[in-house]
Amino acid sequence: MIKRSFIGLTKPLLKYEALDVSTPEPSVIQPSKKVTLFLDKVFDFKDKILFNIGDKVKTGQKLSYSENSDAYVISTVTGTISSIAPFNADYGKTYTAITIDVSENEEIDEQFSTLVKEPDIDTVKDSLAFIPGNLPAGLFPSTDASPPIETIVISGVDCDLFITTNQNTVLVDGQAVKHGVKILKQITGIDNIIIVSSDHLMQDAGISGAEVRVVDPEYPASLPHLIMRDVLGQVVPAGKNCEDMGVSFISAEAVASIGKAFTEGQIPLYKHFNLIKKDGSSTLISARIGTPISDILNAFDVTLNEKDRLIIGGPMTGSTVYSEDFPIQPDTDAIMVQDRGNIPFVSDYPCINCGECVRICPASIPINVLVRFLEAGQYEEAADQYDLYSCIECGLCSFVCVSKMPVFHYIKLAKYELGRITTAEATNA
Amino acid sequence: MLNHKKLIVSHAPFWHDGSSITDRSYHTMLAAMPAVLFGIFTYGMPALGVVSLSISFAIIWEFLINKITKRTISIGDGNAALIGLLFGMLLPATSPWWLVITGTFVAVVIGKHIYGGIGGNPFNPVLIGFAILMVAWKDYFDFNEVLVNYDLGFAMVYPLAAVKHLGTSGIEAFSTTDLLLGQQSGGIGSTFGLGLIIGGIYLILRGFIRWEISVSFLAGIGLTALMFNMSDPSHYASPVFHLLTGYTLIGAFFLAAEDSSSPVNFIPMLIYGAGAGVMTVLIRNLGSYVDGVVFAILLMNLINPICDKIRPKALGKVV
Repeated sequence: MIKRSFIGLTKPLLKYEALDVSTPEPSVIQPSKKVTLFLDKVFDFKDKILFNIGDKVKTGQKLSYSENSDAYVISTVTGTISSIAPFNADYGKTYTAITIDVSENEEIDEQFSTLVKEPDIDTVKDSLAFIPGNLPAGLFPSTDASPPIETIVISGVDCDLFITTNQNTVLVDGQAVKHGVKILKQITGIDNIIIVSSDHLMQDAGISGAEVRVVDPEYPASLPHLIMRDVLGQVVPAGKNCEDMGVSFISAEAVASIGKAFTEGQIPLYKHFNLIKKDGSSTLISARIGTPISDILNAFDVTLNEKDRLIIGGPMTGSTVYSEDFPIQPDTDAIMVQDRGNIPFVSDYPCINCGECVRICPASIPINVLVRFLEAGQYEEAADQYDLYSCIECGLCSFVCVSKMPVFHYIKLAKYELGRITTAEATNA
Repeated sequence: MLNHKKLIVSHAPFWHDGSSITDRSYHTMLAAMPAVLFGIFTYGMPALGVVSLSISFAIIWEFLINKITKRTISIGDGNAALIGLLFGMLLPATSPWWLVITGTFVAVVIGKHIYGGIGGNPFNPVLIGFAILMVAWKDYFDFNEVLVNYDLGFAMVYPLAAVKHLGTSGIEAFSTTDLLLGQQSGGIGSTFGLGLIIGGIYLILRGFIRWEISVSFLAGIGLTALMFNMSDPSHYASPVFHLLTGYTLIGAFFLAAEDSSSPVNFIPMLIYGAGAGVMTVLIRNLGSYVDGVVFAILLMNLINPICDKIRPKALGKVV
């Protein structure tokens, strides 16, 4: 954990992990017994689901939810479906969790290989939504109401500390990224593709054929809103997202996955991510999407004890899970394990108005006042007067809070609650 | 997903930089130590008695109010002790016990807890306690009167009172070095200029106080005093004299920079600090009180919430 420096006058310096050329190949880990895939659809027993418990599935086979839904997952193993159940994730999101028991002999589904001759937008939409690196939904806006995407920004930097997934892709899979960029240009018709990378990987990023821009190596410079401001020179208005400005962000890993899918005629299955162990060391790992975290922890002899913390994502913006059966997902960039002795707790102290958060906030939000409104549950005032929606969710305010207030948690809660109010008002109007 | 191991689930971020209120309080007390120890060394046991009683009773009042309001006991965060220490530093060494006990009661209970405890106080609690006592029992704060029985080898006349009543001719005995080295009468912990400056620099470097407030406060005093001095050198003392006497230095580093009652944005901090500095000299030179630091800072505490509205535009704010 990075502590406050002795000279506290300066801001804490949080450097992104810089991947160097000598980094070893990621260790590949195979799922031992089963994989779990999350299908982005609310599970309902009454629905006519197109697959059943006991069905045999092949590697790379597409599992669509039902006739009248676009949602699907790609099976990453060959095996038998052993359970289909609803899964409640953070912020009220509900998935259908499909568990597949892995069988010995692997069979590859051939359906995708017939489609690779002519890459088009439908092929990508219908087969590649589940690729490692996650295909952003905003890349292909469905309705005519939203503005068209004019710029694609490929993120060759990682969004949180300790993570090297995208950097590794830029460094190792340059050709795949290049091919991915070509396909993206072909299928979307967007010529303005920019790749952002850290200073030391500029050369490697250049291989991709996209325009290279450099991002500061200091957290939180690689968050989309700050890339928009500092690299593209466009400020996203509060409450809007980058897609509203005609810019879509996609990770370098996803671009490489698209490239590989079309050159190899097979949907990529292996997600790269970092395992951040209790001692703070970070290892790059490659595992199939759906592999339970317990398999990875076992392979690296990480023991998880009672009251430890298991985090999906990095130390600043990740989210915790309550079970080590949780699977690797297309957008899992890191798994972090924290020993219970190292967990900093939040307190119920009020804000003492020291101003640390105000000085560190990259969005210049008056957090000292905002948090008082949020504590009192006055979310509308907070949004109207104290810039709640300017927050870009970097988590630095909670990191430096002297009172150890869960400031970032309050902000997310307020946004979620306001979102619920807006939805309720829209439906009842 | 049945699992018997219970993991801790919480919201991001999962790191903290390790700062804490306890840390802040104890380091501020540490920074005050040179000045306090010098005061105790100069005035002997009575000074030690006043400071100890002040710290103890600040803690006791905090403990009692926690009990009465059925809140968690918060004496561990060191804030009450800090209030007690600073309050003791302002008092003359001869203060009677009941004055200290009443003062800490006002500071901790009325100055802080009435407003909801730490972080909620609109005024600096120490100054609230001190100001109320100063208005109520004026005689106990007349340093010439209460320190009359001390002979410490330097002019036992309160410098600010001397300049007020006699003009600059009354303060010729005080050299800058003497003032810096604490050769002047005053509060227990507020006379040793050098010690206070060292403590203040320590606090600024460690990031426990905001340098903008201290610097602009001193600049405000210096510039205003300079203007007065230039207009009538025989009547008004030089800026250096104003900077090194009375509660100026303890005010700049320990009182004006109190977290809850001061602004956090850059320009408001400058306004706040400079405003308090200007007010201090105005009270000293034109007002009826001998020293103006206490009331000047309290007055600027009052404008803090409005003042802090001057802030940079948030990212993506349209209006």
